[in-house]
Amino acid sequence: MKQAHKIKGHELLVTAPSFLWLALLFLIPTFIVFAIAFKPATPLGGIGAGWSLDTLRSLSNPNYPAIIWRTIWLSFATTALCIALAVPTGYFMAKASRKVRQFLLLLIIIPFWTSFLIRIFAWKVLLHPDGPVKRALVFLQLAEESTSLLYNAGTVLLVMVYTYLPFAVLPIYAAAEKFDFRLIEAARDLGAKSLRAFFTVFLPGIRRGLMTAILVVFIPSLGSYVIPDIVGGPNSEMIGNKIAQRTFTDRNLPHASALSAFLTLAVMAPLVAMLFLQGRRGKQAPLIQEDA
Amino acid sequence: MSEFLEFENVSRFFGDVRAVDGVSLSVKKGEFFSLLGPSGCGKTTLLRILAGFEHPDTGRVLLDGRDITELPPNKRKVNTIFQSYALFPHLTVFENIAFGLRVAHRSRDEIRSEVGAMLKLIQMENQAWKKPDQLSGGQKQRVAIARALVNKPEVLLLDEPLAALDLKLRQRMLIELDIIHDEVGITFLYVTHDQGEAMSLSDRIAVMNCGKVEQMGTPAEIYEAPRSSFVAAFIGDTNFFEGTVSEMIGQEYSRLKIDGFPDVVCFNDKQLRVGGPVFLSIRPEKFRIARDRPPGDCVHNAVAGRVEDVIYLGHSTRYWIRVHDFRIAVHRQHSRFLLDEKAIRWKDEVWISWHADDGFMLERYSESDESLMETPPEALGVSHFQTAAAENNDHQPAK
Repeated sequence: MKQAHKIKGHELLVTAPSFLWLALLFLIPTFIVFAIAFKPATPLGGIGAGWSLDTLRSLSNPNYPAIIWRTIWLSFATTALCIALAVPTGYFMAKASRKVRQFLLLLIIIPFWTSFLIRIFAWKVLLHPDGPVKRALVFLQLAEESTSLLYNAGTVLLVMVYTYLPFAVLPIYAAAEKFDFRLIEAARDLGAKSLRAFFTVFLPGIRRGLMTAILVVFIPSLGSYVIPDIVGGPNSEMIGNKIAQRTFTDRNLPHASALSAFLTLAVMAPLVAMLFLQGRRGKQAPLIQEDA
Repeated sequence: MSEFLEFENVSRFFGDVRAVDGVSLSVKKGEFFSLLGPSGCGKTTLLRILAGFEHPDTGRVLLDGRDITELPPNKRKVNTIFQSYALFPHLTVFENIAFGLRVAHRSRDEIRSEVGAMLKLIQMENQAWKKPDQLSGGQKQRVAIARALVNKPEVLLLDEPLAALDLKLRQRMLIELDIIHDEVGITFLYVTHDQGEAMSLSDRIAVMNCGKVEQMGTPAEIYEAPRSSFVAAFIGDTNFFEGTVSEMIGQEYSRLKIDGFPDVVCFNDKQLRVGGPVFLSIRPEKFRIARDRPPGDCVHNAVAGRVEDVIYLGHSTRYWIRVHDFRIAVHRQHSRFLLDEKAIRWKDEVWISWHADDGFMLERYSESDESLMETPPEALGVSHFQTAAAENNDHQPAK
């Protein structure tokens, strides 16, 4: 650590490009978004002169609490389901032989070869009232002819889990791969049943991978826009849809900015909480593992 | 004492490899028993079978008269000290030691007092709230011991527990282990490749090679009366001779004819007949070395040779003596009181002599001796039994 201080000038030079990148493409735009939220809107869709708190007042729209609530619970549910599916996957991948492991890794990565949009439209085809899934369910008498598999919050959740699952599996697998499975043997040796060893030794052992997975699923989930737009209906709108609507339909940029700023703050909250938690552990461990 | 822990014809195969091949052995209650052998001899697999991490392909394991072969690891009253210690990195020293008690749903007060007693035993009361990565190797080792012992196992399994420590620490931990064994009085099953560790701690040792037990006995039995060339060479250091019985001398002794070496007289405890093949092992420290021909009789051997090499080892000196076709290793303790002659040096003509009883006939010359040569360097050169062995390839007949 002491050495790091000595070579600080050198370090600055090395980090300058990424710092510049962050400043130009993240910090300044975010600042602009926050600033626009305090500007008045013009009827022509532009940004008026001077400063105003009107937009902030308009956030008390009675429709918003429901949408915000839905955004939050959908994001939580997506994260929980992704983690619940990714942890066993990561565990078995880490324990599998090299060949099986590489094959599974390939299976997880293959969907990325197809455009995200196309994959979501594919879901729309699958779940379409005349689609194969609906027909199969009706045939098995698990669904009524009248039930719709599309345009509801459940579908949005399903597609979100589908979309974000690989992002949860990869960091968890990376952590599990480095996990020393002899620790599980040690726990078993000390009298723990398999399940107990899993929860008391394995999960804490991949803690950092878990945190990374939670962040990379939860944060994009909060900002989802395309998924609820395509497979969701009017009753499964998320905050991302509202932002898009304010921008493109209403042409009220300050309003859209205020919503965006709100979302940004909502995203920052779990990040800061997690940083705080990790800081309290007394470790200078990186929030996101480099290799994750 | 009755047999407490028994392996009955236990085998474990990994593909074509017979990691453990029909091993039967029994350990008494309270005994310090060692499994000793080179890497890959199956000793760790045998330990893992007892711990329940491996299932034997044949045979069964009995603990205190009960068949435990099918029990999962958490149902066995045995605890393991792993080579890597396997301390839980996210738990403190206290929590690590308390793990087994918490799993067993012991009360908070009980846990506190028992872990406290363990911390006292390992003298780490003031380190209880440290995490494993803040501990030194020796401290981790002690925590691993405490974590296993706190559960009061019927057998404590130790898998090369000292391998990761440096020499000084290892010597200290050896003493501590010995003290702990005396204090808690439970059965220890100790796996090691270091015969120094095994010899100094064990009540009995099973020497393993290629998945089989080569010999089982007390350290002295194994050192003084090795049954095979593998045991003779793996435990300490020895000179091998291969020959035939040429003449019986009385009831107990016989004269051997060895190619490229003078005839030697040795104790014949194997009832060999004239003409029978013999493998003879003579430990380097059994020889006496002198400038003049020692006064001989029919049970003493004396041969003339020339010093080819002198290696000073501190506590002793090792000589390589050329006798006809053989290079004989001879150890001599330093003794200031016997400076009756000037020091023996390189190229000196000397006599080496030994009593017929000091040569030991082996039952067989192990085919697997080549594998001994492949023993990794860390397996050699730690204790004084082996320091010399590491320098020279003297496991083979000194031809």
